[in-house]
Amino acid sequence: MKNFKFLSVLILAITFFSCSSDHDAAPEPPVDETSGLVKIKELSNDTHIIELYSETGILTQGYNQISLRIKDKAANTFVTNASLNWTPIMNMSEMQHSCPRSSIEKISGKQTLYGGDIIFQMAQNDTAAWELQINYTINDIKYSAKSDIAVTASQKRTINSFTGNDGVRYILAYISPKTPKVALNNMTVALYKMQDMMTFAAVDNFKVKIDPRMPSMGNHSSPNNTDLLQSSLGGTYNGKLSLTMTGYWKINLQLLNASGEVLKGEDFTTENLQSSLFFEVEF
Amino acid sequence: MITLSPIIYGIMKITTTILLAAFSTICLAQKKEKDSIAPVDLNEIIVISKKTPVHLKQPKSLATVEEYLQQSSKVTMVRRGGYALEPIINSMATERTVITIDGMRIFGACTDKMDPVTSYVEVSNLSEANIASGQQGSCHGPTIGGAIDLKRANLNQKELGWKGALKTGYETNNQHKILGTSIGYNDKSFYVNSDFTYRDAGNYKAGNHEEINFSQFTKYNLSATAGFYLGKKSLIEGSLIYDKATDVGYPALPMDVALAKATITSLRYSYTPVSSYFLNWETKVYYNTITHKMDDTKRPQVPIHMDMPGWSDTYGYYSKLKGKYENHHFMANLNSFYNKSIAEMTMYPSNPKENPMFMYTWPDVRTFYNGLYLEDRIQISSNADIKVAANIGIHSNKVADEFGLQSLQIFYPDMTASKNRILKSLSGNYILHQDKFEYGFGLAYGERAPSVSEGYGYYLYNSNDFYDYIGNPNLQNEKSFEANLSFGFKTESFTSNLTSSFFHIQDYIIGKIAPNIQPMTIGASGVKMYDAINYAVIFNTDLNLEYKIAQYWNLKTLLVYSYGKDDNRNNLPFISPLRYSGSLQFKKENFNLGFGASGNLTQAKFAAAYGETKTPDYVIFNFNSGYTFPWNGNKLNIQAGVENILDKYYTTFSDWNKIPRQGRNFFVNVSYVLF
Repeated sequence: MKNFKFLSVLILAITFFSCSSDHDAAPEPPVDETSGLVKIKELSNDTHIIELYSETGILTQGYNQISLRIKDKAANTFVTNASLNWTPIMNMSEMQHSCPRSSIEKISGKQTLYGGDIIFQMAQNDTAAWELQINYTINDIKYSAKSDIAVTASQKRTINSFTGNDGVRYILAYISPKTPKVALNNMTVALYKMQDMMTFAAVDNFKVKIDPRMPSMGNHSSPNNTDLLQSSLGGTYNGKLSLTMTGYWKINLQLLNASGEVLKGEDFTTENLQSSLFFEVEF
Repeated sequence: MITLSPIIYGIMKITTTILLAAFSTICLAQKKEKDSIAPVDLNEIIVISKKTPVHLKQPKSLATVEEYLQQSSKVTMVRRGGYALEPIINSMATERTVITIDGMRIFGACTDKMDPVTSYVEVSNLSEANIASGQQGSCHGPTIGGAIDLKRANLNQKELGWKGALKTGYETNNQHKILGTSIGYNDKSFYVNSDFTYRDAGNYKAGNHEEINFSQFTKYNLSATAGFYLGKKSLIEGSLIYDKATDVGYPALPMDVALAKATITSLRYSYTPVSSYFLNWETKVYYNTITHKMDDTKRPQVPIHMDMPGWSDTYGYYSKLKGKYENHHFMANLNSFYNKSIAEMTMYPSNPKENPMFMYTWPDVRTFYNGLYLEDRIQISSNADIKVAANIGIHSNKVADEFGLQSLQIFYPDMTASKNRILKSLSGNYILHQDKFEYGFGLAYGERAPSVSEGYGYYLYNSNDFYDYIGNPNLQNEKSFEANLSFGFKTESFTSNLTSSFFHIQDYIIGKIAPNIQPMTIGASGVKMYDAINYAVIFNTDLNLEYKIAQYWNLKTLLVYSYGKDDNRNNLPFISPLRYSGSLQFKKENFNLGFGASGNLTQAKFAAAYGETKTPDYVIFNFNSGYTFPWNGNKLNIQAGVENILDKYYTTFSDWNKIPRQGRNFFVNVSYVLF
């Protein structure tokens, strides 16, 4: 008991001291637009430091919404007039490939913060790692930065990378609900096809059928789900996902092309208790 | 209202006419009449345990409340095991009836109706049950089928000093042990009264000695009342019932109950004015809280282990004024309650790493009701009475839990948290006495709001029809058009009573199969959503005959016929086939003897459309005897008997999942008056 008390005091002391030293080291920018975000990584070159942020501070397999800002090393200010693009690269022993990602745009209402999203179809492993190349232009001068990034494996299935019946390689990524509720949730997914190892394009006019089930409870489903459809060309697919209780749900999927042909995924039947295409959520 | 059939218009018209006639008679009847005699009471009263001398007690004084209520021709019971039977009045169950304890509204906390109000009281708490048919029962709140008001026992002020009794009983069939005490003290200015009862029963055996597993129960009930006379005219009384049942098996259901606990409290103020117009003014504030925990841990095999606790808290008051003016006997009851009902379901996956599956089965539903009931009984001539009653209430529901509201919005995306309703009721009765005959005729209209389950239930599994039920917040009020008739004939040795009531219930609430929705419960057949059918009709008629054969001999018979159809002429569920009973009783001084038979005919008109199947006929025989003798200067009363003498294996139309009823049972009840 005595030891425990002593240890607690010690830990408290360390915590306080470490906190104060942090404050000393990092001078706060005048207006911090990153509140609520956690820094993932910094990419730096001779002139700038590019800070990557997300809500969690980590990059995971699947869909990642990323915010970033560029700090001018010399002026110690954040750049407000850059135009950026990025290329994530997976370096494997035999080959290299990229992944679907959006363009980078200034986040509306922000001065220094830019945003975009990247869909990592795989996590890093012992023999394969991701790096991120960012090319940007400020006042017509081109710059570039590059760094390794850590992409952790997702605990649940949030991404499907597969070849459809039409021979095309597709990537279907779960975007939301980020925090599922016992409710009629708005569900959003992104659908891309691979054009070559480095180029991915959003797929238009397809349909994603969803069939959520609870494997731990006799595979019951839920009512009033709607198919996921695009609301605008080039955009994500949206629909209603109904989750009638908390717990582990398997969202069985079927991908249909513009003429209604199933490219991947199977119906749930008593013989076939899951589709080959699915997402998982647990809450 | 578009669906109103011409018949309904007809009935409405007639109702209005009769009521208008009644009201105009009231005005005309202002001419002086002789001071009226006591008004006719249309309700049926079952005496339970008035503080009567012990030898006048019922043949089985420690019977359960349910056993007492079943004596009524209006009441049957849905049985899910050996405990907590659900009363049905006029072929209508909990949602369509109002069951009160001394006027207090109480709502069970179980989504599966495993804890009707009657399960939280003990016979020793009660003096009588007042059973009112149809709108005659609307005094304590909106009802369709009728009402039961369970009246608490009151000490007689005249007998001063200590009173005490010990009670014990044993029943062989399920090793049902009963132990009770009753202690009271009565003074000129105050009184205190307490009752304690303990019951413990094992599994019961159906006919042919078939043991019904999971039919055990243990129950403790403590009741206390204390009153102070504030002068000669007023009285203030506090009362408490604490009831706790543990380890209750429900053999007809997939789950048992680990705990069913109720605390029922009230404070009553009664004032008897000097004014000759007002006879009594009584005001009561009350609070009751119920906790109900279902349990499946003792079942050998469950598809998935789950917890299903429920809570129901009710706050309320009523203020009742009774008076008379010339030939009028009037009553007004202003009443209100606020109920909070929550029930949860948590299912535990076999993989312990997975999150438990949680849902609200009752999403914290708040019900707030404010009502005013007015009644006038008018003696229009020396042999005719009219009774007119009206009730108006404002009823509101609110889903207070956001999680629960969003859950229901899966089914009803446009649903809002609150819903308000106005509930109306109007009734008129005419009673005529002519010599040995009595004729009664009445018309009534009443409305009710959907129950919490009907409005807001979420995946409530019904193990009788194997469907998961989903509530419907958009339900209309259910409306009942009622007509009743009674006929009585009475001589010194012969009493006969025939009563009939007919209900045309519009927007009748019932579960409808939702073919596109899959069930949640493992093994369920599908999902039913509460919905309204255009109408349903229910008709009940009963004939009571009592014949005094000789000085000490009495013969009683009862015959009840019920009928219920929906708008597609399908039979409704839980409608009794023809049922009958008869008993021969001998009563002389301190000794009594009884022999009885009761039975049902085959239920051939079962509700196939609602998942019912045929139930065969049965008849059982009972015998009882009692004797009171002096012992140690006090009185000892022993009652003993046999129920189901022939050990018949049988089930009735109202036995959940056709679970068989108790086989042969010997019982002995002993009460010893201490002082």
